Amino acid sequence: QDSQEKETVAPERAEEAKLKAKYPNLGQKPGGSDFLMKRLQKGQKYFDSGDYNMAKAKMKNKQLPSAGPDKNLVTGDHIPTPQDLPQRKSSLVASKLAG
Amino acid sequence: ADIISTVEFNYSGDLLATGDKGGRVVIFQREQENKSRPHSRGEYNVYSTFQSHEPEFDYLKSLEIEEKINKIRWLPQQNAAHFLLSTNDKTIKLWKISERDKRAEGYNLKDEDGRLRDPFRITALRVPILKPMDLMVEASPRRIFANAHTYHINSISVNSDHETYLSADDLRINLWHLEITDRSFNIVDIKPANMEELTEVITAAEFHPHHCNVFVYSSSKGTIRLCDMRSSALCDRHSKFFEEPEDPSSRSFFSEIISSISDVKFSHSGRYMMTRDYLSVKVWDLNMENRPVETYQVHEYLRSKLCSLYENDCIFDKFECCWNGSDSAIMTGSYNNFFRMFDRNTRRDITLEASRESSKPRAILKPRKVCTGGKRKKDEISVDSLDFNKKILHTAWHPLENIIAVAATNNLYIFQDKVN
Repeated sequence: QDSQEKETVAPERAEEAKLKAKYPNLGQKPGGSDFLMKRLQKGQKYFDSGDYNMAKAKMKNKQLPSAGPDKNLVTGDHIPTPQDLPQRKSSLVASKLAG
Repeated sequence: ADIISTVEFNYSGDLLATGDKGGRVVIFQREQENKSRPHSRGEYNVYSTFQSHEPEFDYLKSLEIEEKINKIRWLPQQNAAHFLLSTNDKTIKLWKISERDKRAEGYNLKDEDGRLRDPFRITALRVPILKPMDLMVEASPRRIFANAHTYHINSISVNSDHETYLSADDLRINLWHLEITDRSFNIVDIKPANMEELTEVITAAEFHPHHCNVFVYSSSKGTIRLCDMRSSALCDRHSKFFEEPEDPSSRSFFSEIISSISDVKFSHSGRYMMTRDYLSVKVWDLNMENRPVETYQVHEYLRSKLCSLYENDCIFDKFECCWNGSDSAIMTGSYNNFFRMFDRNTRRDITLEASRESSKPRAILKPRKVCTGGKRKKDEISVDSLDFNKKILHTAWHPLENIIAVAATNNLYIFQDKVN
């Protein structure tokens, strides 16, 4: 029983050492707030409704341009839609691998 | 076809519902056994397809609300129509699926093609008669339960009273009445006053199959709380607390992550419940809180791969588990399109694969084996060759027979016992 537990402990600890070697700044409390906050904030996309509405007003009389080839052009003459926006990685919460 | 995100048999097992990432629900119906075609022993064919949820955008919070169906739960059948609840991250919908096989003909005011008849030409009154027509299956949304969840809904569970159901998100659980959409009771709230103090979230919740006042919810810390709604209106204090003691010397960076429970299911008998964490399935006796009565290793060989599984996010995969009708066996998925079944009585277990190459219709599935070290035998697959993109997260077992449904990414496999 005891030796079996030691066997199962070793691989997990070895994996932990591997991870720490790759990312030395990994937080002390991994299962804590950082993970959970990131989980709670899934789906966050920053969308400027002001830009959207201004562009819509400007375009009222013109033909509405759709996403077009340049998907990065999300402000100005081009009307951004939520679909055009890439999923923005939350900067409020540090990436789990950063410090 | 889109990625399947949930699979659920109804109470009789005649209907099988799947939900996908695109917000669609596809219902399969079991064909009646046909004496002239003995081999098509109850095959499942498409019965109805409908769009349950659409993508939404919450402009106020800059949140994209996915249309992905997280869970489907059937209501017990009370009349000719079938009802199910389907939910995405924010909104639960009650759908009515009904058949129409008759059509009225001989209306007075309109033609058969719908055009209005000229009133001056109507000289006689006739009574419309019902004529048979090709079967049409219609799905219509009967109730929409919206705006009750700030966080993402992970579970819904119909109560044994057949009148209420619960919905759970990361921090709260709400109780609904199936007839009332503008009000719901909050029965569990684990949101701390200061979000910095958040240490665990709710991962799954389910009502007891017989006791309508009892439900359980699991957490990201590997604990299960059983609550009794008779004791208080807000069930923040549990009646029972299930947790397996951890050996402090074996604690590692990964301990809490892999202990997070991804699914909790009561047995049909109501005496046991089963939880799925990253590496194992545990069966708990509701009368014993300090440890599970049975533990089954799903893929213990992954323990020595946790570092890379953390890096590729697979360590956060949420596997589901299910009981067979008699509670004698349990099933759960793994990687490489493998799924595992455990017989609780004989303690035998088997690994099978759901893939086109290994599943020809009517062919018997060959057991698979993962080689954990040393020499790899022929037919074995080594841990490093496993495809971690092929995950079987969702499986379902027919409530009465040995028929199982396995979702492998965007394919649905239905397997059944060998026919003698």
